Amino acid sequence: MLAFILRRLLQSIAVLLTVGIVAFFLFRYVGDPINAMVGQDTSMEERAELREKLGLNDPAPLQFVRFIGNAAQGKFGLSYRTSEPVGRLIVERLPATLELALCAAIFAMVVGVPMGVYSGLYPRHWISRVMQAVSLIGVSLPTFLIGILLILVFAVMLRLLPSFGRGDTVALGGWTTNFLTVKGLQALILPSITLGLFQLTLIMRLVRSEMLEVMRTDYIKFARARGLSDRAINFGHALKNTLVPVITIAGLQLGAIIAFAIVTETVFAWPGMGQLFIQSVQFADIPVMAAYLLLIAFLFVAINLVVDLLYFAVDPRLRSNVGAGKGAH
Amino acid sequence: MIVQFRRFAAAAALLSAGLAFAPTVDAKTFRWANAGDVSSMDPYSRNETFLLTFNSNIYEPLIRRDKDLKLEAALATKWGTVNPTTWFFDLRTGVKFHDGAAFSADDVVFSYKRADSGGSNMKAYFASVKEVRKVSDSRIEIDTKYPDPLLADKLAAILIMSKAWAEKNNTVTAADMTKNEENFATRNTNGTGPFMLKERRAGERTVLVPNPAWWDKPVHNLTEVIFTPVANPATRVAAIKAGDIHMMYEVPPADTDNLKRDANVAVIEGPETRIVYLGFDQERDELLESNIKGKNPFKDKRVREAFHRSIDVDAIKRTVMRGQSFPTNLMVAPGINGYNKALDNRPSLLAPDAAKKLLADAGYPNGFEVGMDCPNDRYVNDEKICQAVVSMLARIGVKVNLRAQTRNLYFAKILRKSDFKPGETSFYMLGWSPAATYDKHNVLEALFQTPNAQSKKGQFNVSGYSNAKLDELANKIESETDRAKRDGMLAEATKLYTADFAYIPLHQQAVVWAARKDIELVQLADNSFPLRFVRVK
Repeated sequence: MLAFILRRLLQSIAVLLTVGIVAFFLFRYVGDPINAMVGQDTSMEERAELREKLGLNDPAPLQFVRFIGNAAQGKFGLSYRTSEPVGRLIVERLPATLELALCAAIFAMVVGVPMGVYSGLYPRHWISRVMQAVSLIGVSLPTFLIGILLILVFAVMLRLLPSFGRGDTVALGGWTTNFLTVKGLQALILPSITLGLFQLTLIMRLVRSEMLEVMRTDYIKFARARGLSDRAINFGHALKNTLVPVITIAGLQLGAIIAFAIVTETVFAWPGMGQLFIQSVQFADIPVMAAYLLLIAFLFVAINLVVDLLYFAVDPRLRSNVGAGKGAH
Repeated sequence: MIVQFRRFAAAAALLSAGLAFAPTVDAKTFRWANAGDVSSMDPYSRNETFLLTFNSNIYEPLIRRDKDLKLEAALATKWGTVNPTTWFFDLRTGVKFHDGAAFSADDVVFSYKRADSGGSNMKAYFASVKEVRKVSDSRIEIDTKYPDPLLADKLAAILIMSKAWAEKNNTVTAADMTKNEENFATRNTNGTGPFMLKERRAGERTVLVPNPAWWDKPVHNLTEVIFTPVANPATRVAAIKAGDIHMMYEVPPADTDNLKRDANVAVIEGPETRIVYLGFDQERDELLESNIKGKNPFKDKRVREAFHRSIDVDAIKRTVMRGQSFPTNLMVAPGINGYNKALDNRPSLLAPDAAKKLLADAGYPNGFEVGMDCPNDRYVNDEKICQAVVSMLARIGVKVNLRAQTRNLYFAKILRKSDFKPGETSFYMLGWSPAATYDKHNVLEALFQTPNAQSKKGQFNVSGYSNAKLDELANKIESETDRAKRDGMLAEATKLYTADFAYIPLHQQAVVWAARKDIELVQLADNSFPLRFVRVK
C-alpha cells in the first residue's frame, strides 16, 4: 500500500513536469504580455527594458528551468496583470472554486445516484422516462446557456436569487466561505446547479445502466430466492456492486468540475480560479497561467490517487491481492 | 426530488431576500460593475484609463478634469508659468490624507519622483520635466527642458501619494515586476480624494466609503460603493436588469436595444475621445503581404485616396455599429484641443468605377491583393469593421486577406520594434486617444512624425508616414506657448495629413453605459467614471 502510494507520487511528479513543459510551449502562442502590461504611450525603450527584466527575451527552455526552479521553492513570481504574488492570488481564489465544486459534486451525487437507482429499478415507469428526457437536456445544453437561462429565470424574472457573485462571505483564517451566511448560500445555488448538471446526468445514466445490468445477474436472483427484502437486495447487493465505476467517474469528474468551473465562474462572475485563469489568458499573464495549470494537474493527480485508494475500501478483492503481496495493479 | 429541491430553494431565497433587500433609509450603497477589475490600487502601476479613473476616486491630482474634461483646481489652487521653462503650482492648504496626515509640497515632490522612476508606468508624462522643486510647504516649481505648454494637462493624470505613508510602508517606488515580493501600495491606499478604500479583494470586490474630511463639497450622496468585476457581458446585462447592480459599463452593442426597452434602466451614450482608424505601410519599398512585387502601392497617394473614398463609414455605423459610432475625418475627437470642426469634412464616396480608375491611373488597372491585420478583442466590433472594409474594397478590385487575432498577438505583430524597425503589417486597424494631454500634438508626435530612434518621435507611426513639413510643424507646436499661434499650426498640420490621405479615420466609438433609473451620474468623453458625481435618488 505504501509502495503503491510512493509510486504514484513519483508518477505525479513526472506528470507535473510534463504539464509544465507543454504549458510553456503553449505560452509562446499567447502573445506578448508587455502590450497588456503598459499603456499605449509607453516608449519603446521602457517596453524593451521591461521585456528584458522579465526575462522574456531568454530562450523558452531557460525560462522553463527558471520557472520550475522557483516553483519548487514555492515562488511563482508576481502576476503581470496585478503585480501581486501569484501564489497568494491563487490561494485566495481557491476557496471559491473548491466550495463551488464541492456543492456541484454533492448536488450531482445526491440527486444523480437516487435518480439512477430509481430509473434502473423501474425502467418502464413514467417517472424514469421523464428523468431520462430531462437528463438529455443536461447532457446536450452547453454550460453557459444553462447558466444564463437560470439567471434569466431566477434572478431577472423571479428575483429570487442573485444574478452573479459570491454574495457575502465569512473569512476563517485564510479561507473565505459561503456556507455561513444566507446570502452566501443563496449565491451558491445557481452556479452549483449549472456546474453540477452535466455530472448529474452522467452519474444518473451510469448508475442506471449499471443497475440494469446487475439486476439481471444470477446472484440477485439467488438473493430473491433466499427471500431477502427488496431494500437489502437493491441497496445491499445491487447498488454496492455498481459503485466501483461510479466512484471512478465521480472522482475523475470532480477534477473536471474544478478544472472546467471556468465557464460557470465566468458566467456567474464567481471569483474563483477559473475566472482568474481566463483573465490571465486575456492578458498573457504567464506566471498565473503556469501556476494554475500546475495546480490543476496536481489536483487531478491527487484525486486519482484518492480514487485508487477508495477502490481498496469498496472492492475486497483488491485488499486480498495486496495482502498476498501482488500489488494493486 | 426536483420539486422538493425547488421548493426549498425558493423558500430559502425568499427568507433571505427579506433580509438582504430590506432598504435602510439613509444608506446609499452604490453597486457597479465593469468587465475587468482595477489591476492595482497603485496609481502609477499602469497608464490605463480604467485604473486611473478608479484610483482618482481615492487619490487626487494637483489639477483635475471637470465634466467637460477642462482643467480645474484640485490639490493646487493656482498654477502658471514663471518663465517659459518654469511652472509654479500653489497648493491647497488644510488638506488631509485619509490617515489624517497633512498634505504638503513634500508629498508632491515625492509623488512626482515616484511616478518618474522604478516600476512606474507613468514616466512618459515627465518627458519634458527637468526638476521638481519645493519652494515652500504650499508651493512647488517645475523646471522643464524646453517650453512645455501642456505640462499642467499632463500632471492632471498624476495622482498624489503621501510621502510619510509610503516611507513607513516601504513603497517609495512602484511595484517592481522582477522582485518576488508584493508592493504595499498594490492593495492599500492613502489619498486625499473623496473616497477611502475599505476593502480590496482583487478580482472579487472593492469597497469604498466616503472621506468625511474631504476638502471639496461632495456632489455625491453615497455612503458606500461596491465595485465588482463581471467579465461576461450577458451576466452584466442580467445583473442590471435584476437590480443587483446600479450601474455597469461597457454595454455590449447587441444588448443596447434590449436595455433601452427596460423601464428601470437608462442607457447613457456618448462619443469616446478615441479615434478608430486604418493605416497602410508607406515605408517599405515592397509590401510584406501583397501580390505586387518591387513596389509599394500605398506610397501612391491615388491608391490611398481610392481606399479612403471607397470605405463607407456611414454604412459601417448603420450595420456593424448599430448606430453607436460617430464618423469623422480627423485623427482627434471633439473635446481634444486641436479638434477643428471646420476641417472635419469627409471627401465624398467614389463610385466603384471612379475608384478603379484612380487605381488604374496609379498603375493597378486590375486592382491588387493585400493582407490586413485587425484585432478581435480591442475595439468595439473591431473584427466586424474589418470584414466590412474587406467587402467594400472588393468592389474596387482590391482583394484583402484579413487576419484578425487577439490583441496580445496583434500588437506584437504590427507595432514598431524597440529599435524602431517597422512592424510586420501592410494594412491595419488601430485606435488612438491622446489620453496623456488631451491635445492634438500627442497625435502628431506619436502617429504622424517620421519614426526616429534618436528623437523618439513617431513611435506608433506604424505606417512609416513621413512628411517633412509636418515633422517641422509638429516640432514647433511642441514648444509653442502662444495659444492662438499654436492652434493655427495645429490646423495647418490637420490640413496636411487630410490632403495626404495619410490614414483613414473611421469613427469615434460610442461609450455606452447603463444605469438604473434612480441613479444620476456623469459620463466623460474619455470613458472615465468619477464617483464624485454619482447620486442615488
